Amino acid sequence: MTLLLDILLSGLVLGGMYALIALGLTLQYGIARIMNLSYGEFLIAAAFGALFLYTGMAVSPVLGLLLIVPAAFALNWLLYRVVLTPLVKRAKNQGMLEVDSILGTFGILFVIQGVMLVVFGGSLQSYSYLSVPVYILGTTLAANRILALLFALVIGGVLYLLLTRTRYGTALRAIAVNPVAAQLSGIDIASASALAFAAGGAIVGAGGVLVSMFLTFSAASGVVFTMKALIVVIMGGVGNMMGALVAGLLLGIAETAVARLVDPGLTIAVTYALFLAALLWRPTGLFGRPAR
Amino acid sequence: MKDVNDAGGINVGGKKMKVEVVEYDDRSNSEEMIKAVERLATQDKVDFILPPWSTGMNLAAAPIFNKLGYPHLAVTANTNQAPQFTKRWPNLTFWLGLPSQLVDGIVETFSKMQKDGKIGKKIAMIAVADQFGIEQSTAAREGLKKAGFELVYDKSYPFGSQDMQPVLKDAQAANPDVLIAFSYPPDTFAITDTMKVLAFNPKAVYLGVGTAFPGYKGKFQASAEGVMGVGGSDANLKGIKWYIQHHKEVMGKEPDRRASPITYASLQVLQQAIERVGKDRAAVIKEINTGSFETIIGTVKLKDGQNTNIWTVGQWQGNDFFGIAPTNKAGAKAPIDKPKW
Repeated sequence: MTLLLDILLSGLVLGGMYALIALGLTLQYGIARIMNLSYGEFLIAAAFGALFLYTGMAVSPVLGLLLIVPAAFALNWLLYRVVLTPLVKRAKNQGMLEVDSILGTFGILFVIQGVMLVVFGGSLQSYSYLSVPVYILGTTLAANRILALLFALVIGGVLYLLLTRTRYGTALRAIAVNPVAAQLSGIDIASASALAFAAGGAIVGAGGVLVSMFLTFSAASGVVFTMKALIVVIMGGVGNMMGALVAGLLLGIAETAVARLVDPGLTIAVTYALFLAALLWRPTGLFGRPAR
Repeated sequence: MKDVNDAGGINVGGKKMKVEVVEYDDRSNSEEMIKAVERLATQDKVDFILPPWSTGMNLAAAPIFNKLGYPHLAVTANTNQAPQFTKRWPNLTFWLGLPSQLVDGIVETFSKMQKDGKIGKKIAMIAVADQFGIEQSTAAREGLKKAGFELVYDKSYPFGSQDMQPVLKDAQAANPDVLIAFSYPPDTFAITDTMKVLAFNPKAVYLGVGTAFPGYKGKFQASAEGVMGVGGSDANLKGIKWYIQHHKEVMGKEPDRRASPITYASLQVLQQAIERVGKDRAAVIKEINTGSFETIIGTVKLKDGQNTNIWTVGQWQGNDFFGIAPTNKAGAKAPIDKPKW
């Protein structure tokens, strides 16, 4: 019983990190319809930002969020307006936009990565912050990881409510379902998409700051996060906040359970097995019909 | 390079020649690297070529270095097949010791500690599931069992995993005297972090690549004390003391304590070999393999293309990562008890 509780809590904390890094992508891909391959690079850039603030100026990462999140929002908004809007305008249909945005953001990936390599070098970076034990129901957890879980829950919950309970949220969901019809009913697609993309960027900024507290990263490790986020987003249902949250937590629990009960070498296998199962039986995500 | 030119250059046949560097970025891509090596040799007609980085890249480069007849100082390469390779390519030399030697060092260290009553017989071992981790853990499993140790936990984790909590919780539950991890830098950092959070305190801790990085000490400060890892140096040696200080002045940061001093020493060997026999590459290869050289790590004399002046196990003691095995090597420190995290 204690083992099960231990697995559940450790798994939730790990899953919280997965959910956190996936929430931004589900906004960008689900609503702004940009399959952003440079997503992980933005995460790493934010992590470097937090590292710089903490080690260079002794600003705690939590305070750093106040600076980095708005900066990420602004940068992503600009990126959408300057680089991605022409692609959106040119695209005749969703498929074409998807291909173009993949190619475009693939290029952006290397630009950001190159800049980070020049500025910060290629070596691995890490620092210690809030790496202190917290005891919950007999389980030892790291405070910084719990913080990431809390952020994931709050961001996921708030976004879910915004999208389902407000007028503007309804408009965003309308864009996700049918951009043409949304435009016909008087929704300003261009500005709404830019906002959704920028909000996704702000979330990934927060994610980068939070994971930098407990993960070692280098300028080249962005792609790992893009992959993980993509798996979670597709499992949870593209554009579905609750789905991403639940899928992330589920992955965390599954990985921890397999590591403890079967073999730690199988954690990656179980991730992809779950992903495959979701694709085969629930191609629109865990919640059946995505709550668009 | 800067050091050589500041001193006037390399002395070839009584004439000081300044070193000019031609470099290409291989982007850590083996095809790019091979193209660059060929371009250096055939177009730029350089006299000597320094090696690429990492085991895979050096093994990929070995045939082309051999074909072109350049000495190949594969400093950052580490493989059990090194003796076969140096037989096939006599221009190739290895500098970090064989992985099997590193494992021998681990077994030697813990056997001695056990005999001295410092630790018991229970060992927990974790390893990254790739060639490095599997090769090392297989050799260690065999060696430790032969030495009478009991492996109470023995698992591998996937490459790239930084979530060490599940593995370490189970290892902790097995209540070992020693934790051995064949890990890469990100996992090495994550393992240390997680062990601290879990208050997992075995009597001795050996971690993989990354333990000797100055960043490890920088991040964990006092907690690094007593942690063992691969490599090490005799920080009391004059050459090493000078090197660490010099590295700080020139590069603005401390060097890694494993490959970095050896890399510098390998360049000293190359320089001295050139000074002794001139720019004739075949003669330089012969001199590197047979000569004896004074370097910052002490005397270097290769045996079958292998540098034998190496530390297999090191330990953070104060501000330095001292070599503690092979225990009979001059300058070897006795291991200290690891304080609790």
